[in-house]
Amino acid sequence: MSEKLVQALRQEFGADILAASAYRGDHHVTVAPARVTAVLRYLQQRGGCEMLADVIGVDYPDREQRFDVIYYVRSLSAPRQVWVRVSVREGEAVPSACALWRSADWHEREVYDLFGVPFAGHPDLRRILCHHEFEGHALRKDYPVELGQELSAPEKLFSDHDIARAAHRASLAQNPTGAGDEIHPSDLLTVNLGPSHPAMHGCLRAECLLDGETIVEARAEIGYLHRCFEKEAEDHTWAEVMPYTDRLNYCSPMLNNVIYALAVEKLLHVEVTPRCRVIRVIVSELSRIIDHLVCVGTNLVDMGALTMYWYTFYVREAMCQIIEKLCGSRLTTNYARIGGLSHDLYPGCEDEVRTKLRMLEEAVRDVVKLAARNRIFLDRTVGIGAISRADAVSYGLTGPCLRACGIPYDVRKVHPTLDYQEYDFDVPTGEDGDTHARIMVRLAEMVQSKRIIEQALQKLPAGPVNVDEPRVILPPKAKVYGSIEGVMNQFKLIYEGIQVPAGAAYGCGEGANGELGFYCIADGGGRPYRIKVRPPCFPIYGAFTHIIKGGMVADAIATLGSLNIIAGELDR
Amino acid sequence: MAVDLANPGNFLTTRLRQAINWGRKYSLWPIPYGTACCAIEFMAAVSSYHDLSRYGAELVRFSPRQSDLMIVAGTISYKQAPILKTIYAQMCEPKWVVAMGVCASSGGFYKNYGTLQGIDRVIPTDIYVAGCPPTPENLFHGLLLLQDKIDREGLVASAQRHGEQTG
Ligand code: SF4
Repeated sequence: MSEKLVQALRQEFGADILAASAYRGDHHVTVAPARVTAVLRYLQQRGGCEMLADVIGVDYPDREQRFDVIYYVRSLSAPRQVWVRVSVREGEAVPSACALWRSADWHEREVYDLFGVPFAGHPDLRRILCHHEFEGHALRKDYPVELGQELSAPEKLFSDHDIARAAHRASLAQNPTGAGDEIHPSDLLTVNLGPSHPAMHGCLRAECLLDGETIVEARAEIGYLHRCFEKEAEDHTWAEVMPYTDRLNYCSPMLNNVIYALAVEKLLHVEVTPRCRVIRVIVSELSRIIDHLVCVGTNLVDMGALTMYWYTFYVREAMCQIIEKLCGSRLTTNYARIGGLSHDLYPGCEDEVRTKLRMLEEAVRDVVKLAARNRIFLDRTVGIGAISRADAVSYGLTGPCLRACGIPYDVRKVHPTLDYQEYDFDVPTGEDGDTHARIMVRLAEMVQSKRIIEQALQKLPAGPVNVDEPRVILPPKAKVYGSIEGVMNQFKLIYEGIQVPAGAAYGCGEGANGELGFYCIADGGGRPYRIKVRPPCFPIYGAFTHIIKGGMVADAIATLGSLNIIAGELDR
Repeated sequence: MAVDLANPGNFLTTRLRQAINWGRKYSLWPIPYGTACCAIEFMAAVSSYHDLSRYGAELVRFSPRQSDLMIVAGTISYKQAPILKTIYAQMCEPKWVVAMGVCASSGGFYKNYGTLQGIDRVIPTDIYVAGCPPTPENLFHGLLLLQDKIDREGLVASAQRHGEQTG
């Protein structure tokens, strides 16, 4: 499908498409900066690629056109996606895509922050992950990994001028005719939420201007947990990046492990064993369940429903025990390996999973029973924190938040990896895109995950979990200690890393919060040239202030909980 | 402490320092400064199974003005550091700080441009708890070490010590 799209682009734009390439099934087209907006508009409006899912920056210091900016656009109903590449010189601007998609705002700011590529026509081109006193651009190849820069004081998000404008707008909105009382800037109360606020679910920050309890204006600031995943990745071998992926979304680390492994395997052109595929499905779905349990449990606490928290966390603890037995750690799992898994299931694992799935079913039933007709719960969630379908797509929402709006986009269906097409499961959707729909979609998804795991357990084939590829998988210890080839093989894999052939590929999967992807560029060596994470939380948090504007400040907290933003993944 | 034999049943004789420190060490009011993965394990440490209250430190406060023990659980970035410093300054004396996990202790395996290489670069730190993340048991061990430390302290030692370091 993507090929046809590239053909259509060639027909439409002729020589303006400077180059087109396909590698491992991913299609890239290169265009001149002047034409990029036209190409993107065509893709959005006539090519059926309604979402701008990511913008990727890459630095090639030896080239004259030093930077690549790559727009990743995709369809939500079919496996149709294309990467549009623009190459620019130092200081040369790329036309912003903000007029086409709202998600472009934050994605482009990130490229500006980390690479210093300016975007012409961007409404708010500021740093986003690094702090405002930071000098230089961190992901440029000539920026040293370890060169930290201290910050003297946090940034204020609203200037007096901004507050005056917000007051004026609020007055106009209240009485469009100009009659009646005007809201004075001093009537507006600035409330800063986070980044160390207990209700903000991690270090997220939003500053709100309140008129009474109503939010008239809000701004979000991120980067407080920017741990430089992408820079660290360039400094480690492909295999060494695995533990860093644990800490992206630390509520569902297994999913990160598995999807990262899938991305590198795609580049390597390695297919994992059937047993490994099924085990990966099991651990991924367990991880999704755990993530949803944490999200729903804490979200209900935001509304004062502590009982549900005990129900959900009780099952979560039970599931964490499986994870701990499987990989020795509750949180930082580091379980998948490129080409396989760190080890097979432990004896008795299948039965334990089955037992705990029954506990899950009961817990979900109890929570639904307690919540479904609870007056307070309904008042706090129905119609609150809603986002329209069009906005959800424009902001780049994926996962339960998008499905709550009624768009059934699920990577497991549209882009099945790990044989997801062979499992029988539904994609639960909501309708109104509000807090209620998001919670209900998550609850329903847990039941579907349970179905998937049951099918997986049934068909779990025997056999090895690791591929038989000495260039990828460490040799068994007997070989390492018993033969010179074994020693050499181990030595080379550890010191030089897995040698990944040069090229770029995007591997993605359905994370707990949406489409999680790793766009990997290899230069033929043992270390990644560049890894760009497509974190589902990033675009969702980008929409947060849009969602809460006009609502009550207390609802903002409950809304945030239902969006399930994990700072580790948001800031990387 | 000793029982006053002249007035049995009514008096305990002790040194002021000892009595106060005894009270302090068993009634710590922690404020969690949770930023990342470690905060999830902190949640496990306070909830029912592990139960921090067995060590007298269960009264988790979310206001720095009501707490005397800051547990920094998670990575602190340079962007976060000034905020950590402010919140620490808002706590009343006497106050103590536990760095939970390798990130808070030393930056952990994030040795890069964004990560503060240990919270002791911005606030005085009493106890470092190893682990990534530390298990709840490990955190409890840190707490016991802190209690020992409090026991040995003079009455104003904490204020003086912090005064020196933070200027
Ligand atoms: S010490 Fe480990 S678990 Fe704790 S915040 Fe750092 S990376 Fe996360």
